[in-house]
Amino acid sequence: MNDLATYNFAYLDEQTKRMIRRAILKAIAIPGYQVPFASREMPMPYGWGTGGVQVTASILGPEDVLKVIDQGADDTTNAVSIRAFFQKVANVAVTTRTKEATIIQTRHRIPEEKLSEGQTLVYQVPIPEPLRFLEPRETETRKMHALEEYGLMHVKLYEDIARNGHIATTYAYPVKVEGRYVMDPSPTPKFDNPKMHMSEALQLFGAGREKRIYAVPPYTDVVSLDFDDHPFEIQSFDKPCALCGAEDVYLDEVILDDKGGRMFVCSDTDHCEDRRACGHAGHMLARKEAAE
Amino acid sequence: MSTLPLLKVNDVSKFYGSRIGCRNVSFELYAGEVLAIVGESGSGKTTLLSCLSTRLMPTSGIVEYHMRDGQYRDLARMGESERRFLMRTDWGFVHQNPADGLRMTVSAGANVGERLMAVGDRHYGNIRATASDWLERVEIGVDRIDDQPRAFSGGMRQRLQIARNLVTSPRLVFMDEPTGGLDVSVQARLLDLVRGLVHDLGLAAVIVTHDLAVARLLSHRMMVMKDGAVIEQGLTDRVLDDPREPYTQLLVSSILQV
Amino acid sequence: MATPLVVSEVAKSFTMHLRDGVRRPVVANVSFSVKAGECVVLGGPSGVGKSSILKMLYGNYGVDEGQILMDHDGKLVNLATAEPRTVLEVRRTTLGYVSQFLRVVPRVSALDIVAEPLQARGTPIEEARAHAAELLSKLNLPRELWSLPPATFSGGEQQRVNIARGFITDHRILLLDEPTASLDAKNRAVVVELIAEKKAKGTALIGIFHDEEVRDAVADRILDVSAFSPRKAAA
Ligand SMILES: Nc1ncnc2c1ncn2[C@@H]1O[C@H](COP(=O)(O)OP(=O)(O)O)[C@@H](O)[C@H]1O
Ligand SMILES: Nc1ncnc2c1ncn2[C@@H]1O[C@H](COP(=O)(O)OP(=O)(O)O)[C@@H](O)[C@H]1O
Ligand SMILES: [Mg+2]
Ligand SMILES: [Mg+2]
Ligand SMILES: [Zn+2]
Repeated sequence: MNDLATYNFAYLDEQTKRMIRRAILKAIAIPGYQVPFASREMPMPYGWGTGGVQVTASILGPEDVLKVIDQGADDTTNAVSIRAFFQKVANVAVTTRTKEATIIQTRHRIPEEKLSEGQTLVYQVPIPEPLRFLEPRETETRKMHALEEYGLMHVKLYEDIARNGHIATTYAYPVKVEGRYVMDPSPTPKFDNPKMHMSEALQLFGAGREKRIYAVPPYTDVVSLDFDDHPFEIQSFDKPCALCGAEDVYLDEVILDDKGGRMFVCSDTDHCEDRRACGHAGHMLARKEAAE
Repeated sequence: MSTLPLLKVNDVSKFYGSRIGCRNVSFELYAGEVLAIVGESGSGKTTLLSCLSTRLMPTSGIVEYHMRDGQYRDLARMGESERRFLMRTDWGFVHQNPADGLRMTVSAGANVGERLMAVGDRHYGNIRATASDWLERVEIGVDRIDDQPRAFSGGMRQRLQIARNLVTSPRLVFMDEPTGGLDVSVQARLLDLVRGLVHDLGLAAVIVTHDLAVARLLSHRMMVMKDGAVIEQGLTDRVLDDPREPYTQLLVSSILQV
Repeated sequence: MATPLVVSEVAKSFTMHLRDGVRRPVVANVSFSVKAGECVVLGGPSGVGKSSILKMLYGNYGVDEGQILMDHDGKLVNLATAEPRTVLEVRRTTLGYVSQFLRVVPRVSALDIVAEPLQARGTPIEEARAHAAELLSKLNLPRELWSLPPATFSGGEQQRVNIARGFITDHRILLLDEPTASLDAKNRAVVVELIAEKKAKGTALIGIFHDEEVRDAVADRILDVSAFSPRKAAA
């Protein structure tokens, strides 16, 4: 395995990495535009983040510190195996701490901790085409992007409101990048959309099966689509995190028992741990401590 | 009476390889004028309509359109972006098969509202109000606004398609056999509706039909096509009541009363 | 112009392509004029070409030769060669026509059919309907029929709708093709009265009337169409 790591750092051969880097550079140059690339077979099935993995493999250097999250957690199967993969093929340092990472590969979330210059967020994207929902023809969607014909995106939101009384799209909520391309932010919750706007970090998106790469460079306008009378709103939670007491963060529901007991906790596990280490406590933790 | 034609068609021909689609067609269409193109199946009606509406590029000849800014533009030389914008604002296209002109899996309201959203309307309430208004105008109950056209009858779908096209107040509408697939009683209602709308909105329209009764009811002028060429044209009642060409006489004689 | 209609050397024939291209000459050398306030009646036996002349004057039949000159808003228009849209424009403001039969439009009420020519000239709908109602009651059309489409009306009822529609505007030239054929004596008298009103207003009228009583009551002049027979002209 050492040999492999030496000759083919980060699994992909240099030719392939160069090809992918060219696609990435083009994507950065045209924010929000989906650049086609020759996606390679990776030693994991599609749907496991092969697009994100190829992007990460192409930008990863020996000095990088890698964090991988699935949902908001570093310890889920998908995150663990991708992290292990890069440890093996690139021998890079890994971390669970957002602050320490130079590259963060993610499936669903943007960390709660504000990202900063020099950091890169790599998204694993299943379906990159936001117009696919109403227009299945690829030739037509490409033309619509080229001609900036985005009325259809609002048709989708219109349908949402007509059916539910409000915009019910909560994941993969479409955004307009730098006033030009409409982009699907991958299956992130719309809660995270505002974090994409004017982010100090570079954001790269890789779709392996669909063979597309797109990007949002640092300090780029990212606006969630909406109607004047139904403005974009992020989800709000009526309770703080049960463990660390954080408000204004994205919470996951955790089932406690089969009697309907449940609690809401930070989806970003690193953020939650960090806060607890600093002495913050939510009501569950407070109760547990009181019991001890 | 506007003095400048909306559409100027000069010697338009379209060949499919060596096969003639339509040939040497010239005419002018003015605002508020309804032109019927009649002729038997295969005579080139759809080909001509496609050449006029930029759905097909003519092999030769020029189609010019009088833009809202007062300039004439050669449609073949127009950029695609501008052309598509024109098609969904200043023009309408009503297909014979409503499924070709509608989004079957989105609601009636969104079908009507799409063009508004495409030109930048961003107020849900206004879009919905306009859509309701148009559904009413085409005699679709406003309570059906959230239903998909899949659940509509043929006649309703066709009326919805018309509403979807007219919502941006186009100046020119192309229709290819708009009553083609409908029952006779449903046809009559649709024709009456189209007649009223064309009249009230002062639309110019080019309507392809093989049904002379449709031409009689809707159009001011008509062109008779045979083998790709226009063999006779003129005021609709003149062509129907005093047909000159052998073929036109045959067409007219084969119906009892139009 | 005191003479809103001048017809000069008009000829018409039909070529029947479905009958081996037989050419049937109908009229030739038709020349006459009609003054404002005058009612000219076309006379002659059936089949002589009276209706054909009227239809040419309306632009409904093509004209082989000659000119049909009309004063349209102070401009001289030759209807024999005018573009379709000019013909329609002339019909809208200058030239009215009452045919033998009403061409019914589905789903439009009798009242609106009558009001439509006024509306087309820009009269507000309510005003046009009021005017239509006035004419329909003058022509004794039962009030309960006004809101119905005339498709199911009797011949006489349809014809009264047709007459009202033709008379509602103040077109300067009015063509009448046997408007009284299917009417009873009472309503024929109404039509005679309406024609007299038109003449008093300076309308130029050209009509075909088979009913001698009506003809004598309205005609200022009878034009024998036999005189325009092509055979005669050729002879
Ligand atoms: N895409 C095509 N390729 C080849 N020939 C075509 C095509 N479309 C139409 N044609 C031919 O062109 C002629 C005119 O067809 P069309 O315009 O569809 O007539 P219509 O609409 O009057 O039925 C016919 O001979 C038809 O077979
Ligand atoms: N559309 C037509 N096509 C062929 N022949 C016609 C047409 N209209 C009238 N004719 C013929 O022209 C002649 C004159 O008819 P018409 O003008 O109706 O006479 P009238 O009104 O004096 O009875 C008749 O022989 C008639 O058959
Ligand atoms: Mg066709
Ligand atoms: Mg007659
Ligand atoms: Zn927490």
